[in-house]
Amino acid sequence: MADDSPNTHVDIAPSEVLIELQNVKKYFPIMAGVFSRHIADVKAVDGVSFAIKAGETLGLVGESGSGKTTVGRCILRLLEPTSGEIFFEGRDITKLGRQEMRGLRREMQIIFQDPYASLNPRMNVGDIVAEPLHIHKLARGKDVEARVNDLLRTVGLSPYHANRYPHEFSGGQRQRIGVARALAVNPKFIVADEPVSALDVSIQAQVVNLLQDLQEKFGLTYLFIAHDLSVVRHISDRVAVMYVGAIMELADREELYERPLHPYTQSLLSAIPIPDPRAEIRRERIILQGDIPSPVNPPSGCRFHTRCPIAFERCRLEVPAFANYGGHYVACHAVEQLGGGQPDIRPSAAARPA
Amino acid sequence: MIDRAASRRRPFIGSAAVSAGMAWLAVATLMCLVGPLFWHYDPDAVDVVHQYLAPSSAHILGTDSLGRDEFLRLLLGGRISLLVGLVAAIVSIAIGTLYGTVAGYYGGAIDSTLMRIVDVLLAVPTLFLLLFLSSLFHGSLLSLILVIGITSWLGPARLVRGEVLSLRERDYMQAARSLGASDVRLMFRHLMPNAFGTIVTTATFMVAGAMLAETALSYLTIGVRPPTPSWGNMLSSAQKDIFAGALWLIVPPGLAILLTVCALNFVGDWLRERAA
Repeated sequence: MADDSPNTHVDIAPSEVLIELQNVKKYFPIMAGVFSRHIADVKAVDGVSFAIKAGETLGLVGESGSGKTTVGRCILRLLEPTSGEIFFEGRDITKLGRQEMRGLRREMQIIFQDPYASLNPRMNVGDIVAEPLHIHKLARGKDVEARVNDLLRTVGLSPYHANRYPHEFSGGQRQRIGVARALAVNPKFIVADEPVSALDVSIQAQVVNLLQDLQEKFGLTYLFIAHDLSVVRHISDRVAVMYVGAIMELADREELYERPLHPYTQSLLSAIPIPDPRAEIRRERIILQGDIPSPVNPPSGCRFHTRCPIAFERCRLEVPAFANYGGHYVACHAVEQLGGGQPDIRPSAAARPA
Repeated sequence: MIDRAASRRRPFIGSAAVSAGMAWLAVATLMCLVGPLFWHYDPDAVDVVHQYLAPSSAHILGTDSLGRDEFLRLLLGGRISLLVGLVAAIVSIAIGTLYGTVAGYYGGAIDSTLMRIVDVLLAVPTLFLLLFLSSLFHGSLLSLILVIGITSWLGPARLVRGEVLSLRERDYMQAARSLGASDVRLMFRHLMPNAFGTIVTTATFMVAGAMLAETALSYLTIGVRPPTPSWGNMLSSAQKDIFAGALWLIVPPGLAILLTVCALNFVGDWLRERAA
């Protein structure tokens, strides 16, 4: 039976929830003309709700421009959400003042995609990693150095790296520096915003493993934003799929990868190459028609209907509910008609739900 | 980033103009600083008997209308002119950097207001402002420096603001914000050090501009007051000496100003291209 309310997470006990988003929206206004009239909005995030359990990794996947990075920055309040609530340990952080938010910054941190842009080129590594300690007065004098050395060792660097500048390091090493900086405040929650997308494949695994080790060691909770479905599968406990500012599907990792319900998720997963030539030949790819729609003017009804191979009349008219099928959330009219079944969207399948 | 690191290490092979400019600045500064220690004349002693002496081995640039050694006065005047140029540039850069950083960092209404003020002030002719202020505060060297400084910070403010606008969206700024860094820390630890290249480049042009302003004011006799020599007031007094036939008095200070300002501009251009 479908549960229409996106705000109840029946499969998660309230005490387990670390972060919860309720109907979060972030619109960027478009101004034009001499008097800067407000003519439209880029609806980067348009009503997103999900919860993250303490200690888990929630993967957030989607194409470029789907709004996944914006979700991450809203949680940290690097961007102010236009509306909606974000709860951290039961407190609505969208209402916190500057000073209260400052305290909370010790609990939540972010790791960036571009390890070349996320480190201040004018500061040496020691100063970069020590900055959070100074800001929150977590250490002083000799303790700072000891703590910095500790952090560098934790992420697989050496204390002698502290006197060097970011440009002297490789991409993977720089990402480790970024991780050390995030860890300095002992956070509970880290938004990893495509932390390995900019790295060589050989280095990606090292950084992903580092993140997993740290999660185990410090009991961290991650929101892991990525567009690489294989990496997300490797690290996530649950995975959410975003499309043009909204979440289409959210389920446990194995469930999502083995039995994707939403046609968008199915098409995404069909694009993953299989590292076995015999299987790769048999792989049936579902190629979507058209481009990702503009978030300024998202499609009516289901926002995927313009590209969905099985879209029907209702999809154009009515926004599908983000319904819960035993912990597997999906927003799709076809799935609803099948009572939580998997619609067949392969080009070879003739049958279409009416 | 990699290219930038490489270019930083690349040996300096500037154009001939840049090399010559740097050499001139080094030699001129050194001579003005140390020269007077070895050139034993009294710069202020009036010796009318020896007025308007043509250049000779005793007075290599001759003497002026009061019989003072022109070469010594050129060196001492250089000290004053360079000092005024340097300190006034520092004053204008300091004001401009602070102003531009605040405008660029806060953005929005604060930025609009601050930059409209700059636009309005830019509409006031600088020379008029200089004349007005220096006639009000005519007197010490310090007031001259401050007057030049506070009339020339508009350009640097605009440049720094532009730079800060692009820097403030960088990931390392977001990272520092997510760490809870204060506005002051973000501006002083993250924005200003990264705008340093722009600031230094602008500073070079500012020194040249301030020296020209000093010259202009001294020429109009509201700058550096005689008997203290400066290149500007030497030029001014040399003008009437032309009629006494003492052509050698007008060439040295004029040439000194011309060469120094040119050298600073060459070096500034080179720095700007190098940063880009």
